[in-house]
Amino acid sequence: MSHRLAQGGRLIDRSATVRFTFNGKHYSGFAGDTLAAGLLANDQTLLGRSFKYHRPRGVVASGAEEPNALVGLGKGDRFEPNQRATTTELFEGLVAESQNHWPSLEFDLLALNSLVPQFLTAGFYYKTFIQPRAFWKHVYEPIIRRSAGLGKAPSAKTRDPDRYEQIYAFCDVLIIGGGIAGLQAALTAAQAGVQVMLWEQAANWGGRAPVDGVFIDGKPADEWIKKTVETLEKMQNVRMRLRCMGAGIHDHGYVLGYERITDHTPESDAPRHRLWRLRAGQIITATGAIERPLSFAGNDVPGVMLASAMRDYLVNHAIAAGKNVVVVTNNDDAYRTAIALRKAGIGIPAVVDARTEVEGALVEEARRLGIRILAGKGIRKVIGHKQVKGVEICRIDSKGTAYTEKFDCDAVAMSGGWSPVVHLWSHCGGKLIWDDSRSFFRPDADRPPLGLDGSAFVLACGTANGDMGAVLAGAHQTSLAIARTHQPTASAPAPASDSVSDEAPMEPVWIMPRNAEYDLRMKMWLDFQNDVKVADVQLAAREGYQSVEHTKRYTTLGMATDQGKLSNINGLAVLSDALGQPVPVTGTTTFRPPYTPISLGAIAAEARGALFQHLRQTPLHDWHAANHAEWEPVGQWRRPYTYRNPGETRQQAVNREVKAARENVALLDASTLGKILVTGPDAGKFLDMLYTNMMSTLAPGKCRYGLMCNENGFLMDDGVVARIDAQSFLVHTTSGGADHVHAWMEDWLQCEWWDWKVHTVNLTEQFAQIAVVGPKARSLLERLGGMDLGKEALPFMEWRAGQLGGIDTRVFRISFSGELSFEIAVPASKGRAFWDRLLEEGRDLGVMPYGTEALHILRAEKGFIMIGDETDGTVIPQDLGLSWAISKKKSDFLGKRGMERVAMTDPLRWKLVGLETLDGSVLPHGALAVCSGKNANGQVRTEGRVTSTYFSETLGRGIAMGLVERGPERLGEELLFAGAGNTRIKVRIVDPVVYDKEGARQNV
Amino acid sequence: MSEHTTSVANGRRFTGFVSIREQQHQGMITLRGDLHSDIVSKAIFEITGCAVPAQRCVERADTCAVAWMSPDELLIFCPYSSVANKEARLSRAVAEEFATVVNVSDARAVFDISGPAWRDALAKLCPVDFVALTEGEIRRTRAAQVAAAIWVSGPEDVRLVCFRSVSGYVFDLLCTAAAPGSEPALYG
Repeated sequence: MSHRLAQGGRLIDRSATVRFTFNGKHYSGFAGDTLAAGLLANDQTLLGRSFKYHRPRGVVASGAEEPNALVGLGKGDRFEPNQRATTTELFEGLVAESQNHWPSLEFDLLALNSLVPQFLTAGFYYKTFIQPRAFWKHVYEPIIRRSAGLGKAPSAKTRDPDRYEQIYAFCDVLIIGGGIAGLQAALTAAQAGVQVMLWEQAANWGGRAPVDGVFIDGKPADEWIKKTVETLEKMQNVRMRLRCMGAGIHDHGYVLGYERITDHTPESDAPRHRLWRLRAGQIITATGAIERPLSFAGNDVPGVMLASAMRDYLVNHAIAAGKNVVVVTNNDDAYRTAIALRKAGIGIPAVVDARTEVEGALVEEARRLGIRILAGKGIRKVIGHKQVKGVEICRIDSKGTAYTEKFDCDAVAMSGGWSPVVHLWSHCGGKLIWDDSRSFFRPDADRPPLGLDGSAFVLACGTANGDMGAVLAGAHQTSLAIARTHQPTASAPAPASDSVSDEAPMEPVWIMPRNAEYDLRMKMWLDFQNDVKVADVQLAAREGYQSVEHTKRYTTLGMATDQGKLSNINGLAVLSDALGQPVPVTGTTTFRPPYTPISLGAIAAEARGALFQHLRQTPLHDWHAANHAEWEPVGQWRRPYTYRNPGETRQQAVNREVKAARENVALLDASTLGKILVTGPDAGKFLDMLYTNMMSTLAPGKCRYGLMCNENGFLMDDGVVARIDAQSFLVHTTSGGADHVHAWMEDWLQCEWWDWKVHTVNLTEQFAQIAVVGPKARSLLERLGGMDLGKEALPFMEWRAGQLGGIDTRVFRISFSGELSFEIAVPASKGRAFWDRLLEEGRDLGVMPYGTEALHILRAEKGFIMIGDETDGTVIPQDLGLSWAISKKKSDFLGKRGMERVAMTDPLRWKLVGLETLDGSVLPHGALAVCSGKNANGQVRTEGRVTSTYFSETLGRGIAMGLVERGPERLGEELLFAGAGNTRIKVRIVDPVVYDKEGARQNV
Repeated sequence: MSEHTTSVANGRRFTGFVSIREQQHQGMITLRGDLHSDIVSKAIFEITGCAVPAQRCVERADTCAVAWMSPDELLIFCPYSSVANKEARLSRAVAEEFATVVNVSDARAVFDISGPAWRDALAKLCPVDFVALTEGEIRRTRAAQVAAAIWVSGPEDVRLVCFRSVSGYVFDLLCTAAAPGSEPALYG
């Protein structure tokens, strides 16, 4: 049984007990434990069920590579699924639960899948569930979704209460990994005088060296680590972060780092996670190596662990994974585990070594300790289901039909060799080279990730570089070379000297025993999390899969949350053997960021709740909010849709506002309208190019409506241009189009007409703009005093500057409603005062504000188009009856040639008309006019669509505009529009202007 | 986040690991033109007391400051009450040039951020290497999702200029970035 030893544990503090629960059961561990360690200390080895077969699973590793020990952490708003117990630091009150079992961890009905594993072999889903077609959605998928999967998603009702943030940082050299190689690289770079950032994903510096018995300058590594960290901490040019994982390396030295600040202290004030967005001159990956499992039958039974992980738990946490541990290996490193366990008093029935010749320092030491070594042997199979009970041994070269010997044990330590962590090296194009003698891929220094100058911007050092012996000298050299690219004369003191015991060569073993029969191969797990076995990969190869990328997707090897950190090399070696080709010919799958999953919270950071998006507010926003405004998003703005008084329906509120504008006077906050100042000697020429009509001839003091098209002739924006003086125009754009139009102007000025003398300044937010609309508008404004706004003094489509009520204004006599209308611009800071004044002075005139819906109805009654309603990026002005606004005199303007294309001059184009339902009803938004016959796709043919549709309070019936094939030629004709279900609505084509056609009302 | 607001009339304020104060009624004038022209530099000097700033720099004199915004654009800070007068004088002084002078005081919002850790707060919002941004310099960048200009106005003071319509968003951003307990200790 797994248990805590009475002494030892370099990372734990036995004076600090930490209590936690797992599946509701209470446990205790020590400060410094991970959740996995805390559970193992209490002999809780069964932690979850596997993805497909629901097999019992326990801890297999001790770090980020863990595939099995995933738990749901926390509860309620803080619940989070799929958290690795091996990287979760224990804290007081931690609550964890196991995943993927039904109904319980101990008794899982879906484990029946495991009894017939041939049901779920590679490609099973594709082959089995394809027929009958209709069954997938209604029968197969719901069942599979219950059976397959890991943690459950948090409830949609929960709201993460924690804070997250991002941070931008810069450094000359980023070192990822705080083991001894990373520490040395940081030290050298720092001593050489460059700006250094050092990240370590774990909570401690030093990595594996202390556990693996590395000596530095003749002393155990711990001493050097402590001293080096202290030195680095004092240096001004060094920044160091624990619990910060290098998640991904991207072009131009852009690196994402995932710092878990308070995962281990959840009551803290600090943000929970911080996402680093760092630009580094160069990056050194010192990310270490990961041990590989061995593929023998039953290698997934709880109690089978990586030999290195078992050593980690022993040395770091004083936890022995069993009372009797069989070690199985193809290399010398696993002997370290056997030796350490033996010295701790644990029984080692045998070290099962696949190599026929077993010699070397570590082997000798094991022998001296009286450990029995079985050379040329392997594990035939593990006995036990929820826990290892024993192992059967066979010859490594046999078929494994019978065992030669049998051992009782409660744990198995396995080691299939090591794989350097090459993920970060590979993210940005670093290539790998196959090291045949040690059977692993390592970074190919001749083909590194290249920066913008063609030189390497990522370098690897230490075991991440495949340096399995001493690492400090190499790390020093790599780091110094980088420092010298910043400062050619940089130097740093020579590094300390590190040493480890010599190791004899390993011998690759991809299947144990090598000639295993099918019944064993289908119990040899490659990918523990996704339940992919040796037999599955071999089946894929037999079915013709040759590319490793295809095999990955067919078998799901390496596609789980651990992204194949343990399974990758074993899987592609099995595939290579099955294909009869060397491993490097098969190659690896693609390593993609992030290295391990990062939280969505860190990705969203501050952008949630009120800060999810930047909402733009007009100077009158607070007034609207306090006066029953129902909001409508317009670009990033929020505009009042209507002001809905208590007791009113939305439609009643809109109707009231329309009526006020038509009969009395009403106010619109038009501050969102774009206002771009265009000045300079060439301003007129410039606007003549931007607008379809002529602007240069506009006289100062006058206004003109204009259309703006893109190069293809499609209508892009519209608005009123006011001429300020000889060289200046004020361009009004749509609310949503202001930024785009400004950027469009600058694009043309900077890239095409760079020698034209034109300046643009976006003044949208400098002014509050208030439309005063209705027959009593002039009377209201006259009460404020200060300007003559009479018909002669300020005719329609002109503007004047002056003061109204003591506030500086520009008054534009323009109308988007068809009524007498003044748009008044005042400095934004005076907007609220001016608005309040209008409401006060106009109280007896029945003044009231109106929102965007009333605005729409007022303009639709007048047949005025709205960008985004009547236009959708495929509509040209001619479609909308706006040919009058297209100059025939100008030799060129943007869109002119586009409008001359054949498709734009097609007489069958859909064109703007008014649409009047015969029964007075309101047409549905976007409804299509259907006609007889089918098109080439077998769809019902259509001949028009609704672009704007409203109930008109003024006319007491529905009004609409739409685009109809040859519409204007067909006035009076009747069309059928598709309504809800199969209903058809009879509609007559009419003139789009249904109110005050001659324009008398706006011209008073 | 509006609970941080004290009095809007006096500008919003918040104190976290740096303090944030909205600077209301800051006069601002945009000048676009040839920054190397004698007429422009003479006009700027006569009306603000400042020289034309070098690229990415700010010049100060008395109540005015002139910030370099782009190769052909300056932003002039001056008392709000003097804007009309200065705008008119500047316009006249550069009338012979291809130059544009326009009052943008109401189009922008200004926040003063003070405290030794201001870099640590802004590093959460702006993709800027603050080691390379020294006192007397200004740069245009973004704060999370919106445009911002950052002027290092003193050893422990920085001024952030953004558009008026997003000032509520920017204030809340700054409060979040400066929340006590979230010190990243990056710039130390």
